[in-house]
Amino acid sequence: MSAEIAVDCRAVKKVYDTGGDKVVALGGIDLQIRLGELMMLVGPSGCGKTTLISVIAGILNQDSGLCEVFGHDLLKMHNGEKLKFRSANIGFVFQAYNLLPALTAAENVSIPLILNGVKRKEAEKRGAEVLEQVGLGARIKALPSELSGGQQQRVAIARALVHNPRLIVCDEPTSALDHETGHHVMELLKEVALHKDRALVIVTHDARIFSFADRMAKMDDGHIEKVVSSMSEL
Amino acid sequence: MNHIALKMLMGDRGKYLGIIMGLTFASLIMTQQPAIFVGILSRMPSFIVDLGYPDIWVMDKNVQFVDDVKPMQDTELYRVRGVTGVMWAMPIYKGMLKARLANGMFQTCNVIGLDDTTLVGGPPEMLAGKLEDLRRSDGVIIDIDGANSKLANPAKTKGGKPTPLKIGDTLELNDKRAIVVGIAKTTKTFQSQPVIYTTYSRAMRFAPKERKMLTFVVVKAKPGQDLKLLTKRIKDSTGLAAYTQQEFIELTVMYFLKNTGIPINFGVSVLFGFIVGAAIAGQTFYNFTLENLRQFGVLKAMGATNGALLRMILLQAVLVGSIGYGMGVGLTALFGYSMRNTVLAFKFPWQLLVFSGVGITLICMFAALLSIIKVIRLEPAIVFKG
Repeated sequence: MSAEIAVDCRAVKKVYDTGGDKVVALGGIDLQIRLGELMMLVGPSGCGKTTLISVIAGILNQDSGLCEVFGHDLLKMHNGEKLKFRSANIGFVFQAYNLLPALTAAENVSIPLILNGVKRKEAEKRGAEVLEQVGLGARIKALPSELSGGQQQRVAIARALVHNPRLIVCDEPTSALDHETGHHVMELLKEVALHKDRALVIVTHDARIFSFADRMAKMDDGHIEKVVSSMSEL
Repeated sequence: MNHIALKMLMGDRGKYLGIIMGLTFASLIMTQQPAIFVGILSRMPSFIVDLGYPDIWVMDKNVQFVDDVKPMQDTELYRVRGVTGVMWAMPIYKGMLKARLANGMFQTCNVIGLDDTTLVGGPPEMLAGKLEDLRRSDGVIIDIDGANSKLANPAKTKGGKPTPLKIGDTLELNDKRAIVVGIAKTTKTFQSQPVIYTTYSRAMRFAPKERKMLTFVVVKAKPGQDLKLLTKRIKDSTGLAAYTQQEFIELTVMYFLKNTGIPINFGVSVLFGFIVGAAIAGQTFYNFTLENLRQFGVLKAMGATNGALLRMILLQAVLVGSIGYGMGVGLTALFGYSMRNTVLAFKFPWQLLVFSGVGITLICMFAALLSIIKVIRLEPAIVFKG
């Protein structure tokens, strides 16, 4: 496998059993995501975008097919190995931010470091530094409830970046934000999160941010219809 | 991860306080009710405990507990004195007699008749007067609680306070005059009747005439005697029942445990306290976990192991358990302290702390277990659901 490939999915299938009915979420996905690339997974609701990033992020096992992340087949890893790999290599940005409401911004950002064995004080210090990078240096002690939606998403981005992961998966990062704030968040992601040693996978159906993608994989009904480089090709 | 667990717990003030309140309630019920129960139990043999000096109690073989008076013939005293190994044996009269008060009302009293010569078995602590004053004509010693309440002289004005009985006051026992010569402090009895001490011969005069009047013979063993063997010798040679002090206390307590509804009543209270506490604390803690499930899912997605999440939940359970336990036990102690001068029976031995601690631990384990199962089964992909 090429060193430039971050994620390599081949014939990935996932079927959900919903009380006797079989629902094909992924019907044999082939997709490669390169390092230094911002890949967007786009398509209508229920097309399998979220299932695909769950498999890529190693929090859901596919039924068949191969999904290698930085050359590692997560399906073959023990649970403990997978958790370790995930905590060291993958950062998450969620649609609903998913910040812990009782923790301050710096404490929220420090969680991935703590999970990687960094001492709490050191982790919070580094968390504060990353918050500074995303423009929230003045709000490190603020609780999520004291922050706007855009600020909360910036904290979530800082949390995804703090442990310097090689892959960041984002699930609808702008869907809860207005156009301008969403635009700022995407600018921030591209500016701060993306570099040559890291790949970004963003699940979205927000057409306003398609222009930020290096490539887009259009999904429908559990399949990738096409992978394109610009909006006009969709 | 510990500080995250604690912040998650305390971040939701309402739930946090709800769990602690449930555990406090459970801990309170599991200590306060048994403390009253133990208090009542400790009062049952109070007469035996107060009369602590003798080694062995001899009585009719059908006596089931200390207040189960089955009189013997006076001659039994001499038979007991004749048993090898007995240093001395003294008679005790114990009976319920009606005292006529100054206002004409009657009050049933626990009358104790002590050996005229030695006065063995007198009250444990004299507050006024001396035990020897019982040798004065018509002398009786009254316990302080009886003197202050049930035997007190009625108020002179309507709505006024009754005047406590004092040395020199008189009352009538079975139409015979009795003069108060002392006030004593005794351990409260189960029946809470006033206790009146007098000499054995005077007690015979106060009590209605019966063929048998002797209630107990109390025995002091010669030095070096095996008390078990001596009680056996007394039983064999007299045909009476003989118990060491501890055996007689156990006999009395066991009678109440087996023949009254007291243990069941208190047991039901404690059980309900446990169940309600478990339900409130368990349900609130479980709900707390359910509401934080997404947060646990986020931690799991980011790489937190099941072990780390389990430790977080256990830490939360230990914290709320410790606080709830401490507050419940503290409230029980406060309750006991505030009731120290009332008739309420209350005794709080260390064993109750252990009992309540075990109960609270079980509740917390139950609550934590429900939450742990939920979190361990949690699919981290939940975090991608909006």
